[in-house]
Amino acid sequence: MPRKTLEPRFSVEFLSVLDADGNLDTTLEPDIAPERLQELYRAMLLGRRLDERMVRLQRQGRIGTFAPIKGQEASQMGSVFALRPTDWMVPSFRETAAMVWRGWPIEKLLLFFSGYVEGGQPAPDQHDLPVTIPVATQLPHAVGLAYAAQYRGDDVVVMAFFGDGATSEGDFHEALNFAGVWHVPVVFVCQNNQWAISVPLKKQTHSRTLAQKALAYGLPGIQVDGNDVLAVYAASREAVARARGGDGPTLIECVTYRLAMHTTADDPTKYRSEEEVREWERKDPLTRFAEHLKKRNLLPEGLEAEVDAEITAAVQRFEAVGPADPLSVFGHVYAELPAHLAAQRDDLAAWLQAARDPGQAEPEPPSPPMRGQRRTTRWQS
Amino acid sequence: MAKLNMVKALNLALLQEMERDEDIVVIGEDVGVDGGVFRVTEDLHRKFGSKRVIDSPLAEAGIIGASVGMALYGLKPVCEIQFSGFAFQCFHQIENHAARYRLRSQGRFHCQMVIRMPYGGGVRALEHHTESEEQFYAHIPGLTIVVPSGPRNARALLVSAIRDPDPVVFFEAKALYHAAKEDVPDEIEALPLRQAQIVREGTDLTLVAYGAMVRVAREAADVLAGEDGAQCEVIDLLTISPLDRQTVVASVQKTGRAVIVHEAPRSFGPGAEIAASIVEGAFLSLEAPIRRVTAWDVSFVGFARERTHIPDAGRVVAAVRETLAY
Ligand SMILES: Cc1ncc(C[n+]2csc(CCOP(=O)(O)OP(=O)(O)O)c2C)c(N)n1
Repeated sequence: MPRKTLEPRFSVEFLSVLDADGNLDTTLEPDIAPERLQELYRAMLLGRRLDERMVRLQRQGRIGTFAPIKGQEASQMGSVFALRPTDWMVPSFRETAAMVWRGWPIEKLLLFFSGYVEGGQPAPDQHDLPVTIPVATQLPHAVGLAYAAQYRGDDVVVMAFFGDGATSEGDFHEALNFAGVWHVPVVFVCQNNQWAISVPLKKQTHSRTLAQKALAYGLPGIQVDGNDVLAVYAASREAVARARGGDGPTLIECVTYRLAMHTTADDPTKYRSEEEVREWERKDPLTRFAEHLKKRNLLPEGLEAEVDAEITAAVQRFEAVGPADPLSVFGHVYAELPAHLAAQRDDLAAWLQAARDPGQAEPEPPSPPMRGQRRTTRWQS
Repeated sequence: MAKLNMVKALNLALLQEMERDEDIVVIGEDVGVDGGVFRVTEDLHRKFGSKRVIDSPLAEAGIIGASVGMALYGLKPVCEIQFSGFAFQCFHQIENHAARYRLRSQGRFHCQMVIRMPYGGGVRALEHHTESEEQFYAHIPGLTIVVPSGPRNARALLVSAIRDPDPVVFFEAKALYHAAKEDVPDEIEALPLRQAQIVREGTDLTLVAYGAMVRVAREAADVLAGEDGAQCEVIDLLTISPLDRQTVVASVQKTGRAVIVHEAPRSFGPGAEIAASIVEGAFLSLEAPIRRVTAWDVSFVGFARERTHIPDAGRVVAAVRETLAY
């Protein structure tokens, strides 16, 4: 009856191709045509500029709360760039740049973040799920999509996105476990941006890396420099090829940083130091890639103006959308409208009609006083 | 035509539907080789293989979450949660996702899936193997909550549930699995969802029940007819959400009195919704207050006390007499 040490043999690879100054390790460089490199850069730049515009729109009250991506452009674009349009993308709530790349019109995203459910509707031929808000719960969906694709014999890979905080949730573990057992074509992309709102990675997990969590489920896990778009792309391309070739799932951990607030409702100065942010700003994925392209004479002139014009046009289209029709909320609860919902819709329609007809309209009750506000009139009569 | 108990009737529904439609997959803990702990999926594994009858890892959120993904892709998963008491581990997948994808994607995606779960007591089982939790799901827009009351309607409702384009939570009363056999036709039979049935006509009072409580209500109605000469109309809801208010309201308009019977705890339970619908639709016909005969607002009683926890015919008879005498 021995008591001995088993030594499961594993190690976790770390991959980096471009250093912080844009210098390239040519032995590791994934081969990408120059025009494709420029497309990649444009998508990252668009993500950055759109983010900045969205923060301004939010501050002006023109859109609602949203989660900025600043600093994570390389993780998002390097990974999603390895997909075909027929592959599936399963986002969390922070994949704006990747979603635009996948064909979501910018104005639709703006609508989504303005509280229009219509903004969650993918185009009929688009293989993307809408944004998921509850953390990690989208990961089993990705596994199910991959199972179904494999069941049908379709040549499809599914790529799912999530953060470091998500790796603490049960759904993350269930998804990786199912994916391993079923050996389905799915790529899990963790954007380890170091923070889950105010909770730093070291309070999220005692693991040395997040990539190593894959090993417990029998999948390969790899850690990459998430601010190095070429490294993210190289790892993603490999994982996608593995999935497509029938060799099962992969977990990729992109080590990156969220340079802005968690959402526009968050104040990161409460929980993290300016020095930390400045240190990561030096590793900005965008400037690093720009440096590299400049060295190769591939950085196009006037790209910023072009990208800004595209965003401005989308904002104009977004602002031209009229007010939301209150009755449309009943439209997509069930395939067919059940009687009780039809009755509720009629109630609302009648109420709206009465409100439009000043002859019949009830006087609007004064809103109840807010906390801290002095009560001036009583609601009566 | 064969005489089948509810387990065999459900098994027949699965078998015939899976033969008809290759997109249907069955997934759950022990549903494959073992045929499910209640044997509802018996033999399906042998007939359809492990790709379509999936013995999943022990993880409810994984089962429902992965099934949501399959449904988004166009498969039609029929999931088994071994006992409804363990569905809280995947409640978030049902509420946050299965019920909402149609709305969230504005009709681009929907989840055609059935979530089967054995519920309810009366079988001398442990904690989490006894409770009646349909009220949680009935509160969720986008779901259809079906509760059959016997072998034949269980089979016909499961067929409709599988074909319904929206997610259906399908509660199977454990107490009914082996309770009685019924003639079940060989050819596929489907019953409309969201439609109640009047299973006993009457003029004096309306008894509303579903699932295992239908036989309790019928037993009470028989006693009342024999001993009191009172004719109770018994309604078997079959679907508790969306609720067939019309059938209930029309019956109470005729009888003027109503007693509702369910196994779920009383407060905020289905009885409250049914009573509210009666008041909204048949207020002027009411001759007496509406009464509810239900389990108590206690989360678990242990099987030594089940007999006084779950409504029985005696309690229903007493409530009906009070209502008639009001
Ligand atoms: C299940 C769940 N619990 C809590 C929240 C609230 N919440 C939103 S984002 C977030 C942190 C997520 O961190 P991480 O997974 O690292 O992703 P990141 O936001 O950094 O991209 C929390 C706690 C949620 N959305 N879902």
